[in-house]
Amino acid sequence: MTLKQTPLNAVHRAMGAKMVDFGGWDMPVNYGSQIDEHHQVRNDCGMFDVCHMRVVDAKGEGVRAFLRYLLANNADKLTLPGKALYSAMLRPGGGVIDDLIIYFMSEQWFRIVVNAGTADKDIVWMKQQAAEFKPTPTLPYQGGSEGANSPPLTRGGREGLLTITSRDDLAMVAVQGPNARAKVWQVLPQTRAATEGLQNFQAADCGEYFVARTGYTGEDGFEVMLPKEKVEEFWYALNKAGVPPIGLGARDTLRLEAGMNLYGQDMDESINPLEAGMAWTVDIKSERDFIGKAALLANPPSKKLVGLLLLDRGVLRGHQKVRTAHGEGEITSGSFSPTLNQSIALARVPKEVQIGDQVQVAIRDKMLAAKVVKYPFARNGKGLI
Amino acid sequence: MSNPSNLKYTASHEWVKSEADGTISIGITQHAQELLGDMVFVETPAVGRKLKAKEEVAVVESVKAAADVYAPVSGEVTAVNSELDSAPEAINADPYAAWMFRMKPDNAADVATLMDAAAYQAVVENEAH
Repeated sequence: MTLKQTPLNAVHRAMGAKMVDFGGWDMPVNYGSQIDEHHQVRNDCGMFDVCHMRVVDAKGEGVRAFLRYLLANNADKLTLPGKALYSAMLRPGGGVIDDLIIYFMSEQWFRIVVNAGTADKDIVWMKQQAAEFKPTPTLPYQGGSEGANSPPLTRGGREGLLTITSRDDLAMVAVQGPNARAKVWQVLPQTRAATEGLQNFQAADCGEYFVARTGYTGEDGFEVMLPKEKVEEFWYALNKAGVPPIGLGARDTLRLEAGMNLYGQDMDESINPLEAGMAWTVDIKSERDFIGKAALLANPPSKKLVGLLLLDRGVLRGHQKVRTAHGEGEITSGSFSPTLNQSIALARVPKEVQIGDQVQVAIRDKMLAAKVVKYPFARNGKGLI
Repeated sequence: MSNPSNLKYTASHEWVKSEADGTISIGITQHAQELLGDMVFVETPAVGRKLKAKEEVAVVESVKAAADVYAPVSGEVTAVNSELDSAPEAINADPYAAWMFRMKPDNAADVATLMDAAAYQAVVENEAH
């Protein structure tokens, strides 16, 4: 199988990247030392090629009502244009199709960013659901003036006006770290006025550049979506401004320290989001119905996701078995934490396990001691354990 | 970094150095450290452990992955480099100086049958294709 390439593929090679197969994409894992790249982002800033992730635009009448039904988190939390929301998208059985970020730009336009490996199935699912979606007249949007003034949705009235478009014409670069925003403004001064006031999890549409104060590292920064033809120029301009490229290796240790789930590792279609540390994103208490809600209500979680800190020497890895006083669990993501200089993991364990418990992890022929801790492990340049 | 010509090599990417006292020192090659990336943990064997050739004897772990280290020949472990406990990154800095353990081979002639630098280089180049 030929690996898919982002528009920056040749650039990575020219910059000395070691390339790996990442879910069918030929991606840079590092440009030298993964640990140095990790610290670079925590202490200064770095840039990531995230063109493999997919931007999807949901547009038209009734898009909010549709997303309210499609997603486990509640689109009605988005009242201010530009605001972003993290959510899971579930199968009717409750399994996680994907985790994603939606940006509310207007009542006619929500932008969605989904994972690379799941993008195709996500879009098929969204289009299928959009085609079948019948807005429920009993739950009109009440949250903001624009929504309140929009025409009421009536059953069967407006489907077909809703469009789901995969924005294959767009590239995406994440610039992350305490100095990331300043570097982006240096390179794209025209976006500064519109993006200076952005709070965390807010975005601004600056014409060709869509700038979001979001990321996957636990650091401040922007994710910038832009036309594919412009991405190489943007990448080199950032580099010239002193922003080094960071590979997917450091991206993984950064997100793990920040306690952020990785789709396919920490959850997938066989996993209940409430057993994957996603309860905070699942709006199950509101009256609103959404795909997967009935299944979640019918199947209360028996497990939960916790953080582990390895007390003995070694490295925690995905799929290692965890022995607890309440039964067996399993590590979903594990690695070495460059910030803590110790091995850390996310593990799915029986829900009775408490923070502070000591557990044992089977690593090769040994049982090593680990402590259950509250995550995130590190954010904003600092270890939190 | 080229592979030193005074060492012997295995297809599983260990280097073997014959010491003056008849023991051999074992580490992992430049190619192996490059593949694994930043080292964060080394698990060395117990001194006195008897090994068969190609038996798993040690483990190196980078941020990215864990890899087994194999005994190049049969013999007994005579020493381990405990400095790697606190400084596994020494393997990245200079893989041919960062020996992991020493062995007394059961049969000294076994060492001569291992690959030389040129043969090992061919293995590495073959892997790249």
